[in-house]
Amino acid sequence: MSSNAVADVTGRGAKATVLVVACGLVIVPFLGIVSTSLASPDQVTRAGGFVIFPTGIDLSAYRSILAGGVVTRSILISLFVTAVGTVLSITLTAMLGWALSRKGTFGNRYLLILVLISLLFSPGLIPSYLVVQQLGLLDTLWALIIPTSVTAFNVVVVRAFFVGLPNEIIDSARMDGASEWQLFRHIGVPLAKAALTVVGLFYGVGYWNSFFNALLYISDSSKWPLQLVLRTYVVDNTQLGAEDLGAAGHALPPQTSIQMAILVISIVPIVVIYPFLQRHFAKGVLTGAVKG
Amino acid sequence: MSTAPAPPRTHDTTERRPPSPPAPRRRTWWDRLKRDKFVLLLALPGMAVIITFHYYPLLGNVIAFQDYQPYLGIRESLWSGFDNFSILFNGDPDLLNALKNTLTITALQTIFVFPAPIVLALILNSLASNRLRQVVQSVLYLPHFLSWVIVVAVFQQMLGGAGLLNNYLRSSGHQALNIIGNADAFKALVTSQVIWKDTGWATILFLAVLAQIDRSLYEAASVDGASKLRQTWHITLPGMRPIIVLLFILKLGDSLSVGFEQILLQQPAVGRQASEVLDTFVYNNGVIGGAWGVAAAVGLVKGVIGLLLVLMANKVAHAFGEEGVYKA
Repeated sequence: MSSNAVADVTGRGAKATVLVVACGLVIVPFLGIVSTSLASPDQVTRAGGFVIFPTGIDLSAYRSILAGGVVTRSILISLFVTAVGTVLSITLTAMLGWALSRKGTFGNRYLLILVLISLLFSPGLIPSYLVVQQLGLLDTLWALIIPTSVTAFNVVVVRAFFVGLPNEIIDSARMDGASEWQLFRHIGVPLAKAALTVVGLFYGVGYWNSFFNALLYISDSSKWPLQLVLRTYVVDNTQLGAEDLGAAGHALPPQTSIQMAILVISIVPIVVIYPFLQRHFAKGVLTGAVKG
Repeated sequence: MSTAPAPPRTHDTTERRPPSPPAPRRRTWWDRLKRDKFVLLLALPGMAVIITFHYYPLLGNVIAFQDYQPYLGIRESLWSGFDNFSILFNGDPDLLNALKNTLTITALQTIFVFPAPIVLALILNSLASNRLRQVVQSVLYLPHFLSWVIVVAVFQQMLGGAGLLNNYLRSSGHQALNIIGNADAFKALVTSQVIWKDTGWATILFLAVLAQIDRSLYEAASVDGASKLRQTWHITLPGMRPIIVLLFILKLGDSLSVGFEQILLQQPAVGRQASEVLDTFVYNNGVIGGAWGVAAAVGLVKGVIGLLLVLMANKVAHAFGEEGVYKA
C-alpha cells in the first residue's frame, strides 16, 4: 500500500504540472497579444516588438484601425456576414430539424438519410467552387453565407432535441386543433430555444471565422472579411500605411501594436460569446454524437 | 414503419373513415404527400442547401475527365478521358512530394495529436475538485473556437523572429531560434498547432465516456489492492475502447486531409517543398494554376481513397468485435 501512496503523490504532482503548463500555453499568448496592443509605442519599440506587462494603456492602435480604413470595413463586413448568416442558418436549421423529427411523414427516412450521408464526405474543393461560380455568387458576400448556411451536424443536433420532446405536449396541442405550423412555431421553437441558441452560436463562430471560403470566392479586396485582412496584414506581415487605415496625417503606432490590435478585435467576439456557448455546448455536442 | 396504419385522427373532420372498412386502408403516397405538405415545405430550403452544396457538386467531378476551360463551362469543354489522371500514374514529382508530406503529417498526428486528449481527459477526470476541473476545461476549450488565421498569427507572435520566445532568448544572451520560417521544423510546428488548438476540445467526448464507467468497479479494484495506475489500465482504458476505436476509424478516413487552411496560411514562410499537401496541391494547381481538370482528378482520387479507408477500417473494427462507426 505504501508504494501505492507514493505513486499517487508523485502522480498528483505530475498531473498538476501538466495542467498548469497546458493552461499557461493558452493564457500567456493572449496576455502578450492584448498587452502589446495596449502598450505605449515607446514601450513596444524598446521591447523590440513584444510586451507582456504594459506600463500604461495606450489606445492609439485601436484608434487607427477603427479610423475608417481597410480594417474598419472588414470588421463591418464580418459583422454583416455573421449576423445575416446566423439568422438564416438558425431559421433553416430549425425548420429542417423539425421536419425531420416528425416521424412517419412522407419521405422522412429518406430525407434523414440524405442529411446523414452528407456528414461522411465533402464534395471536394474544385466542384464546390464551380457550383458557387455557376450560381453567380463569386465576389458577393452571399458566397460566404449560403453554402455554409445549413450544416448537417447542426441539423442532427436540433432534430435530436425535437425528437426528445415529450409526445404528450405535441399530441395534446394537436387535439386542441393546432396546425403543423402552430406546433412548430408555438411549441417546437420555444421549447428548443436552448438548443437553437447553441447551434446559432456555433454557426455564428463559423461565419466570423470564415477564411477559406472568402479566400476562394472573394477576390475583390474591398469585400474582404476580417479574417482575410488578418491574413494579409498580420500573418503575411504586409505593412499597413496611414492611407490604408484611413488615418492619413497622424503619426502611426508601431506595426506590431496595430497588428496585435487587429488580432484582439478578431478574438473579442469569440471571447464575449464563449461563456454562453460553454454553458450548453458539451450537451449539444453529445446529443449530436450519440443520437446521430 | 411507413406501412403501419395511421392512428385515428379524431379532430380531423375532413377525413372520416369509411363506415366499415374491411381492413385499415393503406394511404397512397399522394395522400401522404398532401397530408404532409407543410412539413415537407419546412424541410425544403434546408434540403435545397444540402443538396446544392453537398450532392450537386459531386456531378462537377466530371471535369476530372475533361479538358476543362472555365470560360466554356462543363457543357462545352472537351472530354479527355483519363488524361488528367496520367499525373497520378506517371509519378509526378510534385504530387509525390505532396503525398509524402501528407502522410508524414498524418503519421505525426496519429502519434502525437490522437492520444493527447485521451491523456488529458484521464487527468481531468481524476481531479478531485469539480470547480478546478471546470476552470481548466474553460481555458483549454477556448482555442478550438479561434480560426486558423488567428492560431497561426498567435504562433507567429510567440515563436517568430520578433516573437516572445526569441525576445526572451535574445535578452538572456542566447541565439534566436528560427522556428516559423524553418522548413525542417515545419511538420513539428503544424503538429503542435493542432495539439494547441484542439486537444482541450477533443476531451469532451472522452470525459462523457469516462463519466459513464461504473464507479463500483474502481471500489472493487481498490479493495483488491490495485494501484491507481492499474485501475486506469484495467478499468478506465477498456471502458474507453469503443470510442477510441470509433474516433480512430474516423481519423483514418481523414488520413489524406491534413489541416488545409493551417498549411496554406504558412506555406509562404517555408515554401512548397516542405509544406505542400494533397489539399494545397489541388488548390494551388486548380484555383491558382488553372489546371482545373488535373486538380479535380487528384481531388476525386483523394476523396474516393478516403471513403475506402473508412469502409475498410470499419470492417477491421468489426472483425475485432468493435461496433465501429456504423453497423452492417
